[in-house]
Amino acid sequence: MVKASQQEYEELIKGIWRDNPVFAQVLGMCPMLAVTNSAINAIAMGGATFFVLVGSSFLVAAFKSWIPKQVRISCFIIIIATFVTVADYTLLALIPGVHKELGAFIPLIVANCLILGRQEAFASKSTIRLALLDAIGMAAGFMLALLMLGAVREILGDGALFGIKLFGTQFEPWVIMILPPGGFLTLGLLLLLFNWLAVKRRKFLDEVIKAERGQS
Amino acid sequence: MQDLVWIFVSALLINNFVLSYFLGLCPFLGVSNSLETSFRLGMATTFVMLITALCSWVLNTYLLIYAPYLRLISFIVVIASTVQFIEMLVRKLSPALFRALGIFLPLITTNCAILGLAIFATNKSYGLIEGLVYALGAGLGFTLAMVLLAGLREESELSDVPALIQGTAMNLIIAGILSMAFMGFAGLFSAA
Repeated sequence: MVKASQQEYEELIKGIWRDNPVFAQVLGMCPMLAVTNSAINAIAMGGATFFVLVGSSFLVAAFKSWIPKQVRISCFIIIIATFVTVADYTLLALIPGVHKELGAFIPLIVANCLILGRQEAFASKSTIRLALLDAIGMAAGFMLALLMLGAVREILGDGALFGIKLFGTQFEPWVIMILPPGGFLTLGLLLLLFNWLAVKRRKFLDEVIKAERGQS
Repeated sequence: MQDLVWIFVSALLINNFVLSYFLGLCPFLGVSNSLETSFRLGMATTFVMLITALCSWVLNTYLLIYAPYLRLISFIVVIASTVQFIEMLVRKLSPALFRALGIFLPLITTNCAILGLAIFATNKSYGLIEGLVYALGAGLGFTLAMVLLAGLREESELSDVPALIQGTAMNLIIAGILSMAFMGFAGLFSAA
């Protein structure tokens, strides 16, 4: 029993940092870069993706024994597209301003490889409970990455965060950061940071193992 | 005629799908390690885009004026079936190419560039001819970006790059610089 709950915890937590969909697996880049020129847009996109990923993981895990193997991809895509349509119309009704700014990128959540990837690799092979936990973890990790990128780009490119000006009038915004090249460069540098942390962690673990061996 | 040239150049260079709309990044970063493969994938994508433009025009004209909320689902179903068709065709005609493209051929379905094309063309309310020209420009622009990145990556394989920056981080930074270069095309048509 203890083991089972540990596995559940593991599925939930892995998506947030260690197997982070963006930094570790490099999935779902397209919406990631296109909408992260401000932190608000990043949160709206993250929220919509969260809803779609959790909803479709639930349905796929629930219906996995009825979906024929040969047409599974098409079935997954139709399920995902349904949830995206719901998210699209909901955002249009609730926050029309943000919806207009995100534009075509809300429907494009369908083509986010992260979502289809999770259905194919995980939800279609596991129980509803685990699939939900996995989806929540992955979506939270995705949202975290979106927010990091959006915050960096908005602070540097606009001198503001969530629309609140952070610096005085002397600050000259780096306009390039909210333009397309800034997205590529910021994500590249964030990945570099992630790699560096991963390498450091591995070195640390190696040393721990060595020290333990030395003792015994 | 001028309009068509404008649509073509705009999709090819100024609003390049990869470098300024961030569409189709998965294959852009994933398969761009050899020139040959990325060129072929680019061509396959262009072909799928042309068919998508045709299908989305038919859907828009005959179905979606009655049921606009079905837009996304019907687009994605049409695109998925087109990709299945191409997959069968490629497997039959060139097994070597089929192996070379590997997982990324079925993943053209989740290539946002394809779906993005259908959605952008709808939003701009292009007709049939304009849609096809737009698809051709976008597809060739995608191929161009892929080939450029693949060429740069092939070069960098021979040079001494620190282990830390190798892989996706470096590709993204290269893409950022390419994207900056493509911003220069924005002034191309302002005089006209």
